[in-house]
Amino acid sequence: MSISERHIPDRLKSPLETRLKSWESLLLLVAVAIFVLNSFASPYFLNAWNLSDATFNFTEKAMIAFAMALLIVSGEIDLSVAAIIALASTAMGAAAQVGMGPVPLTLIGLGVGLACGAFNGALVTGLGLPSIVVTIGTMSLFRGISYIVLGDGAYGGYPAGFAVFGQGYVWWVITWEMVFFTVLAVGFGVLLHKTNFGRAVYAIGNNPTAAMFSGIRVGRVKFILFLLTGLMSGVAAICLTSRLGSTRPSIAFGMELEVVTMVVLGGVSILGGSGTIPGVVIAAFVMGLVTFGLGLLNVPGIVMSILIGCLLIGVIALPRLWSKWRA
Amino acid sequence: MSIFRTMMTGVAAAAMFAGGAQAADVRIAMVVKALGNGFFEAAGKGAEEAAAELGDVEIIYVGPTAPTAEGQIEMINSLIAQQVDGIVISANDQDALVPALKKAMQRGIKVVSFDSGVAKDGRNLHLAPSSDALIGQTIIKLAADHLPDGGKVAVLSGTSTATNQNSWIAEMNKVMGDYPNIEVVATVYGDDLSDKSYREAQGLMQSYPDLDAIIAPTSVGVVAAAQAVADAGKIGEINVTGLGLPSEMAGAIDSGASKSFAIWNPIDLGYSATMLVHELIEGAEAAPGAEIQMGRMGAITLDDNNEAAMSEPFTYDASNIDEFKSVF
Repeated sequence: MSISERHIPDRLKSPLETRLKSWESLLLLVAVAIFVLNSFASPYFLNAWNLSDATFNFTEKAMIAFAMALLIVSGEIDLSVAAIIALASTAMGAAAQVGMGPVPLTLIGLGVGLACGAFNGALVTGLGLPSIVVTIGTMSLFRGISYIVLGDGAYGGYPAGFAVFGQGYVWWVITWEMVFFTVLAVGFGVLLHKTNFGRAVYAIGNNPTAAMFSGIRVGRVKFILFLLTGLMSGVAAICLTSRLGSTRPSIAFGMELEVVTMVVLGGVSILGGSGTIPGVVIAAFVMGLVTFGLGLLNVPGIVMSILIGCLLIGVIALPRLWSKWRA
Repeated sequence: MSIFRTMMTGVAAAAMFAGGAQAADVRIAMVVKALGNGFFEAAGKGAEEAAAELGDVEIIYVGPTAPTAEGQIEMINSLIAQQVDGIVISANDQDALVPALKKAMQRGIKVVSFDSGVAKDGRNLHLAPSSDALIGQTIIKLAADHLPDGGKVAVLSGTSTATNQNSWIAEMNKVMGDYPNIEVVATVYGDDLSDKSYREAQGLMQSYPDLDAIIAPTSVGVVAAAQAVADAGKIGEINVTGLGLPSEMAGAIDSGASKSFAIWNPIDLGYSATMLVHELIEGAEAAPGAEIQMGRMGAITLDDNNEAAMSEPFTYDASNIDEFKSVF
């Protein structure tokens, strides 16, 4: 048959080629490069215990980043996550003062996270307010409550069993936080990439109006995403509070920007509609390795922030410049 | 591939930029509350001074960008990984740093907290800049030094419930026997508010026209009192003294409203803390009752909580205010 002489491919590139040229492989290469450079730069880098300690640099932030990634893919953002940590931690601290055990404390942490997420979600989806404005407001509100409750004081005296989340080891150098990180990474990966809910998140991010006319309940999906982000902030609050064994209103100050940085570095478009969880996982490792490596070289924190900023801008800008140059 | 190459070059440059530090025999890290704070920059200068005197010491000065406990924990973990010999730290949270610092001590690192202390389990010893008794003795001495023939002084404090100020004033009253010609005529409270302190100072000048000095053991009160004295045209008649910050008091020293005032000297504090941690690294034992040397600052004796006070507050006057007003 003469028709068969003209082959029309059903995809333009082979799956392998797409994968190799993807954002995630670029990022993975960066991560490996940083790992190798660090090993040469400092004799203390390649040590299982040191690397284990270093994971605390990013595990808590990454837990929030997974939920934040979904939220940003859907075209929204939550800047109040660090303030939710402060409020959840303050609530747990107050509960610990009246002698509550680890289980009720955990439930309180998760509950406050959920409630804050619901509050953000209701304002954004119920009243139709822009999420960036709403969460800048609740950022001050939630942390403000912590400051009113605590002033310049602190809550301590957490029960001994509560320390396991942030200080406990499952086996050898594997911490509980690493286990939570892994489980949540897989969970959010499945949710975004393998479920109808995940498809709906992408659809909303690309075109909320089209998504609505396709029968997706846009408001409900977004509300659930805010709930999830609040919940993950609660989980991070539990881990961080357990690790510190103390709560001050300044806890996790400025963490929201590091979480957003991690998400964007992971290849999630800040405009919504695209991005993957594996990308965010690798970005978490990249940020953790950079901060730990520079820390070992005693680079001042200010310089570290500058370098992470440059890394972010570089990673975002270079592919765009590259494609421009090729065109 | 140029994307990767550019990025790797960037990271390599960053690593090289950072790799300036060389290994000395003894490495002491100073962890401060936050970078960009003049007080701690000055303490770091003191640490460098101690290192220069000791010869074989390298100082690693680090601090987080925001004053949080978690930022300091990251630094401590990195210092443990580098196997430094000693850590000198001013804590953002006295309890939150305990687990990380305990780990450091288990790995043989000596830990000294200074300025803002760490709870007992998390450090070998704590160096307070001064003690209630030394501060109480200093504030009356500051006034008395400029009143060789005696005179009337008044105290302008913070709030009436402030624990710090009340114990300093109580300590001051204990040594009043040493100054028989000096009479404390009143103690008033400006609540650490500029406007209330200013009005209280005005009230003192009206009630006691022959007042010779105002002692304000609060950095807010001392500035307000100096302003009130200047506004009333009583510079030269009434000397304002007490505890204040050089940056805020420079004007009062220049105008003569204040002849001198005191506060701890951050350079001495950083120097002493570094000397102490070096002594511990060399084998000195931090135990209650132990006497430990700290170079030009003399020696301290540890109390039951392994704490000690460095010295009486440092006096600032026209001779040194220019040097310190830009520091803190």
